[in-house]
Order: sequence, then structure tokens, then C-alpha cells
Amino acid sequence: MNLKTAFLEKTFESPIVLASGILGLTGASLKNTTDNGCGGVTVKSVSINPRPGHPNPTMVGFDHFFINAVGLSNPGVEKAIEELRKFKTLTDKPLIGSIFASTPDEFAVIAEKICKAPIDFLEIDISCPNVSKEFGTPFAYDKKAVELITKKVKEKSNVPVTVKLSPNAWDIDEIAVIAESAGADAITAVNTISGMVIDVSAKRPTLSNKQGGVSGPALFPIALKCVYDIYNKVQIPIIGTGGITTGEDAIQMIMAGATLLGVGSAVYFRGQDAFQKINTEMIEIMEKEGIKSLDEIRGIAHK
Amino acid sequence: MKSIHLPIKKIIEENSNIKTFYFDHELNAKPGQFIMLWIPGVDQKPFSIGYQDKDSFGLTIFKRGPLTEKLFEMNVGDRVGISGPYGTNFTVNPDLHYVMVAGGYGAAPLGCLAETLSCHPDWNKGSGKIDFLVGAKNKDLVLFEERLSKIPNLNLHIATDDGSKGYKGYVTNILSDLTNKADKKTLIVTCGPELMEKKILDICNEKNIDCEISIERYMKCGFGVCGQCVVDGPGICMCKEGPVVNRELANKITEFGKYHRNKSGQIVNL
Repeated sequence: MNLKTAFLEKTFESPIVLASGILGLTGASLKNTTDNGCGGVTVKSVSINPRPGHPNPTMVGFDHFFINAVGLSNPGVEKAIEELRKFKTLTDKPLIGSIFASTPDEFAVIAEKICKAPIDFLEIDISCPNVSKEFGTPFAYDKKAVELITKKVKEKSNVPVTVKLSPNAWDIDEIAVIAESAGADAITAVNTISGMVIDVSAKRPTLSNKQGGVSGPALFPIALKCVYDIYNKVQIPIIGTGGITTGEDAIQMIMAGATLLGVGSAVYFRGQDAFQKINTEMIEIMEKEGIKSLDEIRGIAHK
Repeated sequence: MKSIHLPIKKIIEENSNIKTFYFDHELNAKPGQFIMLWIPGVDQKPFSIGYQDKDSFGLTIFKRGPLTEKLFEMNVGDRVGISGPYGTNFTVNPDLHYVMVAGGYGAAPLGCLAETLSCHPDWNKGSGKIDFLVGAKNKDLVLFEERLSKIPNLNLHIATDDGSKGYKGYVTNILSDLTNKADKKTLIVTCGPELMEKKILDICNEKNIDCEISIERYMKCGFGVCGQCVVDGPGICMCKEGPVVNRELANKITEFGKYHRNKSGQIVNL
């Protein structure tokens, strides 16, 4: 029994992939997460130019949720390419690039650039809830924008493209259909959901950006429903992401229809080796339930 | 982790650019660990713990940016947000011969370590002792001379760049006398400018002496999630598996003494 998962012509030893934005700044740190159980990794989202992100506090965790507004800090695409190359000198595990931009044309420019790096897949981040002051409403709420950006990135990309959608979009399954028809090879669902925390002593929002993206266990049932709905509507595979913290969460997400599983905030709740813990628990559940492979249960909750 | 908002209990001006802020709160930190200090509406940054007893702690802070400038304008009774303690700590073993090498405000966490050792019930009984080396630009910037001189079994060695107090030159130059006499019970601990720390690591490797080094990297979250403070080599977070690392781990950190990353993640050479 193993967790081997085929995803768009690549084989992952485990379906757990590091979600974008957690720990994934450098080649060495991405490699470290594969030592801790990730079958593949997603780099922290990259823009054309370097960005320092929002002032602190940018992240805060509670018992059942985590909230962040880092503000998409990154060293810019040229420096990020060096880190992606470095990752591939350290391991041959699958690597997902991740990009964001302020216009559809800029998405095309950065897609072309990042494809010079040895990435296996390209994720389009159109759903970050924390930069609306700068970029306006996330593109992931707008069907026309999703269609245009997906098409433009597909034209420039030499690897399969996955579109990362927002759980704030009430019709996320319809948006996934638009992305699929525009040429997307996969869907990543979901990004964090927009939220807020107020510090009662400071009498103001805790995050310097005021609002942030909620992840962790509180996001899980929302993400699960989004994946379930999307699986009903599209043929392309889904990277189920959002609050997966335990092996049971992971198995549920596969039963809803996900192929790969993005894991991020679990690191806050269960430590740097959270990925390995989830792998072990998945195997335990498979043994107990007599499940021979993950393929056998993918989407089974729809029957 | 949620911040608690604590009033400043006492402020001591150590010199023109350094103040120690005291708080009445049982922090239960270990020497070398850090806290995050938040001034709402300004910023939140990591600071090492410079003083601690059963029910209070102190932070020795160098004025260097918007957050610390704001903090330096604050008065006793004003509140700041504190979360932590976070990170790894220095070994506390009353049988060891510590050689503590402090550069600038790196004297704060090492002072806290020295006091913690001196409060240990077995200090004075065993073979434990401290040689404390403080380096500073000039005599006005030498920290904690009075505080350190009160600690039993502690020899204070001072070096200043201009020779206005103690030895004239780098603190690492007076280290060789001590390292020549080092044995299995010697532990060199250091906190200060990275190039100084790197030189000490090289000496420890050459002479095969154990050491513990406090490594500073740009931090955002402080608890091992954002990945801002990852280091090349092992790819681990310095907020979680540092700031204090032993010789073996320090040797794996390939960027140590060479470069670090800024808040965008761009490489900045030392």
C-alpha cells in the first residue's frame, strides 16, 4: 500500500504538496519540506518585481484557524528562478511555480519568464484576498477575467497550468468551468477565505492589513464543499487545498474528488513535519478501511 | 499566538541609543529565546530577552527603525503587545566553563544567560565559571559592566575598538588565551555581529571546542510558518530551529557569515 498519485503525467510519491505561501521562499526550504513528507511543492507566489509585503503583524494563529496578510512578499521573478533552479539541483520531486500580477497582460509576461525555470506545473494565483487595496477585487470573482488570464497564461506557458480559485466566489464551480474551457489543465481549490481578527486590548484589527486570509481547520469544510462542487462540473484534476490538517481531512478531500492535496497552515498546528504526520495517518486509515489505493476512493463520495 | 498587552514597568537608559524596558510578567523564557513586540499601528519585530527573573523580564533594545523609535518615545505605564517566548535557547549547565563573547547589544541575551546560571542551585558548588568578553566601539557603549561584575565566578574582559576601555581591538583577539586553555567542559557562546560570530565558529572548528551561536535573520511570523527566516543549507527557519544553534548546525548553514535575505527574500551580502 502506498500514496502514489498520478497527476497530469507526473507521479507524486504522496499527494501532499506544499501550498503556496508557507515556508516556500527558497530552494533549500522547499527541499526541506520534501524531507518532511511533501510529495511535491509550490513556491511562494512570484511577481515581476520584488515586494516587501505588508508590515507586521502579518500572521496570527488561534485554536481552530490561522489568518494571514503577508501581502505577497517575494524577491521578484528573476531571483525566484534562481531558487527554483536550486530546488531541482537538490531533488527531482515535482515543482509547481506560482505567479500573480496586476493585469492579464502582466500575467502573460511573468508566465513566459518563470517558464525558463525547471518547473513542472504553473499555478496562477488570481485569488489572494489580501492585496485588494493595490490590485482591486481578486480576478477569481470575475468570469471574464478568469477566462482572459487563463488563455493568456496558457499561450506563454510550456508546462500544464492550474488556476487557483477563491472560496469567496459563491459560484466557484462555474468559475472552474470557465477556467477549464479557457484551457486550464487543473484547478487549485481553494485559496484562503477573507476574514478578520480584532485585538480587544489594542481595539483594532490585529493584522496591519486589517483583513486577511483565513486558513486552518475552520477553512476545511468550506474548501471540501468547493472541491466537491467543482468535481461535479469539470473533467480536469483538482488540487484540493484549504485547512487539511490530519490524515482524515486528506482522505475526505480525496473522496470529494481531489487528486493532489495542498497543505500549508497545518505546519502551525502540527509542526514542520505535519506533512509526514498526514501521510502516516492516511496510510493508517487506508489499512483500517481496506482501501488499496487513493485512485480507488477519488470522488467516491459522489456515488 | 495572541499578544498580551503589558504596561512598561521601568525604563533604563543604557546609553544614547540603547534602553532596557522592563515588564512585570512571568515569561518563563530560557536564555537566548526571543519575543515579538508589537506596537499597534506601527510594526511588530523580534527582540531577544535581556533580563528575566521569576515574575518580570526586560528587553534591551537598540534604536534602529520606526518601531524602536516609537518605543523610545513611550513612557512607564504605556502598553505594548508581547507574544512568545519563541525559538531555541543556550544550554544552561552549572558545571561548564562558559566563554561568552558579546558584540554590541548581543551582551543582553548573554547577560541573561550568565544571571540564569548564577541563580542555579549548583552554581558555586561545581566547576562552573564564566569568562565574559564584551566588545564595543568605545567605553560609552560597553554594556552591563556593573550588572556582570556582580555575578560570582565571572571574569569580565572588555575590548574597545578605540582602546578607551580595556583591550584595544576586537574582542575575538582576546579569545585566543582562553581557547588555548579550553577543555571538554568549555562551551563558547556568542551573540553579536555575524562576522564576529563567524570568526568564533572558525576558531571553534580549528580547536575543536563546542559552541552555541545566536543567529539573526529577518523574521515575520516568529513561529515557523511564513518561511522568511529560512537559511541556505538545511532550509530551516531560524525563528524555530534557531536563533541559538550549536556548532554542528552552524556549520551546515552555508550562508552563515556570507549573506542573509531581506523582507522581500532577496539576498543581501554581509
